Amino acid sequence: MRFYYFLLVIVILPLYTSGFIAAKSRNVCSLCEYKTIKAAIKHADSGDEIILHNEVFTENNIVIKKSLTLRGEKGAVIDANNKGTILLIKADNVKIENLIFRNVGYSNIKDYVAILVYKSNNFTIKNNYFEKVLSGIKVEKSKYGFIESNQIFSGDQEQHAIGSGINAWDCAYLIIKNNNIYGMRDGIYFEFVKDSLIENNNAYNNYRYGLHFMFSNNNAYIKNKFYKNGAGVAVMFSKFITMENNVFSENWGTASYGLLLKEIYDAEIINNAFLENTIAIHVEGSTRVNYIDNYFKSNGWAIKVAGACYKNIIKKNNFSGNAFDLSYHSNINDNEFDNNYWSDYTGYDLNKDGVGDVPYRPVKLFSYLVSKNPEAIILLRSLFVDIVNFSEKVSPIFTPDNIIDKNPAMREHE
Amino acid sequence: MLKILRYSFSDISRSQWSYFYFAFYFIIGFTLLFLSSDVSKAVITLVNIILVLSPLIGTVFGVIYFYNSKEFTQLLLAKPIKRSTIFIGQYLGLSLSLSFSFVLGLGFPFLFYGIFRSPAIGDFFSLLISGVFLTFIFTALAFNIALSNENKIKGFAAAILLWLLLAVIYDGLFLISLMVFNEYPLEKVSLIATALNPIDLSRILVLLKLDISALLGYTGAVFQKFFGGGLGMLISIFILMLWTVLPILRIMQKIEKRIFNE
Repeated sequence: MRFYYFLLVIVILPLYTSGFIAAKSRNVCSLCEYKTIKAAIKHADSGDEIILHNEVFTENNIVIKKSLTLRGEKGAVIDANNKGTILLIKADNVKIENLIFRNVGYSNIKDYVAILVYKSNNFTIKNNYFEKVLSGIKVEKSKYGFIESNQIFSGDQEQHAIGSGINAWDCAYLIIKNNNIYGMRDGIYFEFVKDSLIENNNAYNNYRYGLHFMFSNNNAYIKNKFYKNGAGVAVMFSKFITMENNVFSENWGTASYGLLLKEIYDAEIINNAFLENTIAIHVEGSTRVNYIDNYFKSNGWAIKVAGACYKNIIKKNNFSGNAFDLSYHSNINDNEFDNNYWSDYTGYDLNKDGVGDVPYRPVKLFSYLVSKNPEAIILLRSLFVDIVNFSEKVSPIFTPDNIIDKNPAMREHE
Repeated sequence: MLKILRYSFSDISRSQWSYFYFAFYFIIGFTLLFLSSDVSKAVITLVNIILVLSPLIGTVFGVIYFYNSKEFTQLLLAKPIKRSTIFIGQYLGLSLSLSFSFVLGLGFPFLFYGIFRSPAIGDFFSLLISGVFLTFIFTALAFNIALSNENKIKGFAAAILLWLLLAVIYDGLFLISLMVFNEYPLEKVSLIATALNPIDLSRILVLLKLDISALLGYTGAVFQKFFGGGLGMLISIFILMLWTVLPILRIMQKIEKRIFNE
């Protein structure tokens, strides 16, 4: 008997004090106790759960200042009727789940978003569906957030009005996972965000970037797919970024690239695939960046260096069937190329150790000339260019002779 | 003229060279499609081959045919036929049969691999049209050279030199001038320089239609704006026509003065 008392104390008491037992479910529907979400929130206590039934709630500007869970039954819709921001979260420990957000509307003065999170810790936004929203989720000055398994797309909105799918500003410790974002301006946009993880998302058909980093240090994005975005993925002015196992593909157009790096320090670019981009990686200022085990296939340029790149290591990558493997502007090279596979390599391997005996120079003369004067690109695929490239390969005169891979791999790396 | 055209045409059609030419394109087409089975990629690879080869074959065949059919020409000249009829008939017979070999040689493999169901059909047609234009242009140029040079070796050398000039050296000079005048805005200059050379013009016309045009960047955008529009297309077709018609006119003018007696 004493044991059962003991058990009661052990199990029930902590639950009670943590507010688990006190937590109430409050239903919202046309026949329920609460007819509107706002009314339910007004009467709810911290820790309560508000359940939206399978209906369309035409509400906007719903402010949550308590730690609530807002959950939808299947098919529950919050429609703002184009009047403005739907949900404003200003409290810690808020959960938003299984809802459909629709018709946020457009203003010339204010930025309307579906969910705005402001100064909130431990928030979770999960399994929601955003349609016809100009901006999906905006997070400001918040920490420890989960944004998981959401679908965000803009619908048939006017292009100039569309904002980002997920926009985080001045945040830390966010986890953004398994989301599908398309038809927005930027899929995911980080400004001043640190120590966050972006994993397993799909960003495609966005008008500008699939993913956009600005002044955001110590972040990682892994296993994401970015394809058919207007300009690709841009990572700018950031330090200590890890980019792993992502796929950048079909970002094709005169001003498109798979990945744009601008002023990046100490980053790791490992095991990514770059397929059919006009420029796979466009680099403007990157220092101490490791490019390892990446796969570049059928791109216009695999790596286009515009300048100011020091102490980068380009190792064990596969360069296969790109129009240009490397474009390099200056004559000073402080970067290391080692043991990459180059599909244009024509050397031999006498001792059969898998490493070519003749060094490979990845900068072709034509690519060098084009980087010096861009108009020369108009001679692309001319017989003259092929002849010149060949003669330069045989006896290099113009191309920077210190850009060299001394151990080119004979076979593609796994 | 039709009679002479028909005669020249069947004469060349029966010669093994036109079969070789046909077989070459036929095999190249099939091999490329077999290896990549992607019609638009095969078109990109073919651009290089066709832009080099069809002018070369046009030039070389033109000169050889002109010198070889000298006796037949002299026979015809003895008859009461207008000179222009004889030479234009021969010219058309030769360029038509070369074009046939080219179009059929490439057409069959692509037809077999379903070009009509592919979105690349437009690109393929512009490739064929450029190839045919180049054949006509370079055959006419070759006739001009052969007419001006009694000596076979000299004529042959001049023809090869002409091909080399337009296919290779022109681009080299173009590139050097781009580098020398680096400081100036060069889009318009390069636009004009490209339009003036039939090989470069055909190359750009085909490339702009392909995905690869995205590589051309800003310069490409200028070109796209010009050639993509109706006027630009009209101008480039006009330039290609001019390249065909001017050498033909020169042939007509030259044959009236030439004395064919030995």
